[in-house]
Amino acid sequence: MTPFQYLLQQAINAVSIGSLYALMAIGLAMVFGILRLINFAHGDLIMVGSYAALLALVLGAPFWAAALAGIAASTVTGLLMERVAYRPIRGAPDVAMLLTSFAVTVFLENLAIMLFRPTSRPFPTPPILSMNLEFGPLHISSLDLFAIAITGVLLVLLTLFVTRTEMGISMRAASQDLLAARLMGVNVNRVIAYAFAIGSMLAGVVGILWSARVGKVDPLMGFFPVLKAFVASVIGGLGSLPGAVLGGYILGTLEILLQGLLPPALTPFRDAFVFAALIILLLFRPNGILGAREREKI
Amino acid sequence: MLKLEDVHVYYGQVHALKGITMEVQDGELVTLLGANGAGKSTTLMALSGILRPRVGRITYDGHDLTKASANEIVHWGAIQCPEGRRIFGGLTVRENLRMGAVQRPDRQAVQADLDWVCALFPVLGQRLHQSGATLSGGEQQMLAVGRALMARPRLLMLDEPSLGLAPLIVQGIFDVIRQLHARGVTILLVEQNARQALQVADRGYLLETGRVVLSGPVAELRANPEVERFYLGGSVAP
Repeated sequence: MTPFQYLLQQAINAVSIGSLYALMAIGLAMVFGILRLINFAHGDLIMVGSYAALLALVLGAPFWAAALAGIAASTVTGLLMERVAYRPIRGAPDVAMLLTSFAVTVFLENLAIMLFRPTSRPFPTPPILSMNLEFGPLHISSLDLFAIAITGVLLVLLTLFVTRTEMGISMRAASQDLLAARLMGVNVNRVIAYAFAIGSMLAGVVGILWSARVGKVDPLMGFFPVLKAFVASVIGGLGSLPGAVLGGYILGTLEILLQGLLPPALTPFRDAFVFAALIILLLFRPNGILGAREREKI
Repeated sequence: MLKLEDVHVYYGQVHALKGITMEVQDGELVTLLGANGAGKSTTLMALSGILRPRVGRITYDGHDLTKASANEIVHWGAIQCPEGRRIFGGLTVRENLRMGAVQRPDRQAVQADLDWVCALFPVLGQRLHQSGATLSGGEQQMLAVGRALMARPRLLMLDEPSLGLAPLIVQGIFDVIRQLHARGVTILLVEQNARQALQVADRGYLLETGRVVLSGPVAELRANPEVERFYLGGSVAP
């Protein structure tokens, strides 16, 4: 394998994992932009979607239908989360909202432990997503290709949504200045519901791709993805949608780079190096790469 | 018609409005004067459904504004152009204007109003595709007023539209206010620039620490020695 081919191989890996981080980070960014809430329970939507998909598979549904069921379950759970947990405390201090998101996490994870079991269950990945394709010297899994493609499609649709539709423009307006948006008559409840619905739908997609990647589901599976998504959105600039996508791909690239460059003895500490890089970035750009200045509050 | 009766608003423990009573007739241009912290912006925020009065009634065209959502109030045609412009910097000028008309389903009329706003403020028409953040302060104020006009206000509440702007721009803004008044739009104008406000308005209210201390036709207010001394910057008699 020539160095160029090696680089290409690693780039594909980076884009594939970065896609998942980007999709997750968008959900965090949409909600944070409007509510200043870091919704740590966002990770559990991955878990809910994955279990729902697994349930559908066990009941004999074809994979595509199970995937849709999982995405639907994530979306509904995200909407319920907003309605039941976050709407009643809207306007409370940011810390109260953050703590509420931890409470939602504890609730959902323990519910899953009670309903299913604390240990993991295998997630049957369909053959079409577990193929190993060879392009000359390159080895690419069909799952990676699928993840990259579906993320590309979703990002295009999302861009059209936030730039072309009234709801999308309202969402951007609300995240820039919630008070001004209210004064113009933007229906904030609807905008927030849309933000949760879209973010949760993307989390459902990530859930399916993630479970297919690791081949198992467990009640605490949402923890690392949401942590990674949080790091990605901090890198890009909290609350910025382009920043969330950029941060996701940067984080994916960083991880793959470190995986390849670190001596084998140090690879178990890869995440420590990632966080060190994050600290250095924040020293120079405290608001992330595309982060806006903190807006003044009235 | 807009009517406030004994309106009290609190920020936590702070008693910001201590029983405001005032009214604005249809088609009138009424100005709300007073120093910083007198409660002018607080009054507008209560009218827009952002702050809830603890005591008192606010009615507008038969609707009870103390129970209405910000949304409904916009739907009934009472639009506030807030202090400090608060345009959406990351949105283009066109998108900002579109947000002003966010509740309106009549696409063709919205397009006609967009042309009208661009005629009122030609500079906005030249910058429709620029982001709001790239505009100068005066242009941003024009955008803020234009955005409010896109809602087709029947009652327009303007909070300090001349704050921090060059005299020429201030003239332009006040010209537009005169035009809107002539078209029959009801206007409630909050201003620190009392001289200008008392020139365009029909009547005025003077607020001090959350209370109305003086009200009447502008000719009366202009003639009042207190107003002259504290708000119009007249010389103090020895």
